[in-house]
Amino acid sequence: MNARVVVLAAGVALLAGVPLAATLAGQPYYIDLIRRVMVFAIAAASLNLILGYGGLVSFGHAAYLGVGGYAVGIFAFYGVHNGWLQWSVAIAASALVALVIGAISVRTRGIYFIMITLAFTQMLYFLAVSLEEYGGDDGMRLKVKSQFSGLIDLDNPVAFYYLVLVLLLGVVYLVHRLVNSRFGLVLRAAKSNEARSRAVGFSPYAYRLVAFVIAGAICGLAGALLANHTAYIAPAFMEWTRSGEIMFMVILGGMGTAPGPALGAFALLLVEDLLAGWTQHWQVILGPLLIMSVLFFRRGLAGLLPRGGDDG
Amino acid sequence: MNLILVFEQLLNGVQFGVMLFLMAAGLTLVFGIMNLVNLAHGSLYMVGAYLMVAAAQWTGSYLAGVALGLLGTLGVGMLTEVIALRTLYERDHLDQVLATFGLILFFNELVAIVWGRTALYTSLPAWLQGHLEIIPGSIYPVYRAVVIGVGLAVGAALWYVVARTRLGMLIRAGASNRTMVAALGVNIRLLYTVVFGFGAALAGLAGLMAGPIYAVQPGMGELILIQVFVVIVIGGIGSIRGALVGALVVGIVDTLGRAFLKPLLGHFISPPAAEAAGPALASMLIYLLMAVVLAVRPEGLFPAKSG
Repeated sequence: MNARVVVLAAGVALLAGVPLAATLAGQPYYIDLIRRVMVFAIAAASLNLILGYGGLVSFGHAAYLGVGGYAVGIFAFYGVHNGWLQWSVAIAASALVALVIGAISVRTRGIYFIMITLAFTQMLYFLAVSLEEYGGDDGMRLKVKSQFSGLIDLDNPVAFYYLVLVLLLGVVYLVHRLVNSRFGLVLRAAKSNEARSRAVGFSPYAYRLVAFVIAGAICGLAGALLANHTAYIAPAFMEWTRSGEIMFMVILGGMGTAPGPALGAFALLLVEDLLAGWTQHWQVILGPLLIMSVLFFRRGLAGLLPRGGDDG
Repeated sequence: MNLILVFEQLLNGVQFGVMLFLMAAGLTLVFGIMNLVNLAHGSLYMVGAYLMVAAAQWTGSYLAGVALGLLGTLGVGMLTEVIALRTLYERDHLDQVLATFGLILFFNELVAIVWGRTALYTSLPAWLQGHLEIIPGSIYPVYRAVVIGVGLAVGAALWYVVARTRLGMLIRAGASNRTMVAALGVNIRLLYTVVFGFGAALAGLAGLMAGPIYAVQPGMGELILIQVFVVIVIGGIGSIRGALVGALVVGIVDTLGRAFLKPLLGHFISPPAAEAAGPALASMLIYLLMAVVLAVRPEGLFPAKSG
């Protein structure tokens, strides 16, 4: 047991205690807030797989939040409330969209990659806006949340909270295992030196594309969660500022670290919540804060944790 | 659909393309020379539009508003460069994207604080309000024709400055080897600030010309910014010629798609289906175009040699 593991375990214990504390304090709002943060932490963890370990600066990750969300919403629109089906399709559809976007964009490098992923997400955004049947610009309500054959009731805020917590831990663990597998080794090698990894016989394209698809699929799950969390699906799920926020969570928390994305999600969304409670013009403060964190705070929050573990 | 309508929409496409070009030229110059990805370029477009509206109301003169709007955006651009962006040149693209993303939030909210969130509409002076008969039987708004003319003139002037003047020589030299230019005694920091200021003024020009056609509101810059990304990805990042070609292609394809895709689809599929698919497809058209271009030429149509 090293110090880092102890700190992280304490963090998880703290999260597990939130519903109890919030209920005792008579502030159920916090269950809702932290649940939302954890949904975004899942999205950020998936982006971390390609951004932090793969070096693919995707500026369009919100696309899969939208695809996952709309998968749930469209099924519910036609009266299909089976969560197993909804969520599997959300994940599969996100993976498919990621495969198409990735097949084109992973071929390109640097700034092209940033702009192309952004542009494709914008395309999906406008597609959602033009779907009049599903609410167009305004989006649509999710009248009935996903049903899991009576196993878990998402209308119960505490049960839903623990489901999101378990999924978050699962996703963080999955990403951790992935990047430490042979597959992840190739992915990280291609990030640190593409020429050398080619020289030892690996073509990075296939590895990057697979990572891109996995990241999209996980983020699709986050989209399905977000749709159930807000009970609403709108094109705003895919707004490009959303992609920027998810990216910021990864960087702020510390990219290429297992706990980083979750830490970043907490820091960003809690600061947002704090500022928004203080003034409606909170973005005028948040913007410069973000700039300063980029300029002066380069290691990310995970860099503040005690060293240990194998991610560096 | 008749030929006159097609002609008018084609002109509208050129007009939109010209505006995209003014934005793309600044963005691609800044990227080609300073190696800076500036997401806040759209904010400068918005700042230009707002400053012009405010200055026109203050002075009561349209032309004074234009002049002050341009100067103001130049100033805001240079100030932003000195305060926030200068330290970013040495950083990787990721840091640049995030920092300029922060700038966007700041500018959008600042504008909302000063002028409010509701859209502003600008009125044109009488001499810009009429219509021209360009070809017999077709009338076209004077203002849109002026936008096309101004855009093409600025494009020509830009070409002249970059290709034929000492400043342009320094700009091209700075793009290919900044260390060498600095070693030859050129104040490269000042050069960068000036180039950034010019790019900002071009974005401001696009913004203040857009004001009377579209709504002036917070966030207006980001809508066009992403289309400008499509333009420079298609044209090739860092290339002004690519920006021009890309801008015209995107402007025309987008405008014609929005105007004619729905009736055109109606010939092939049932009208209700065309009603639903037309707008969806039209709004996706330029992104599909980009995907096709990239599949064939991953570096864009006119890849710049440097950067």
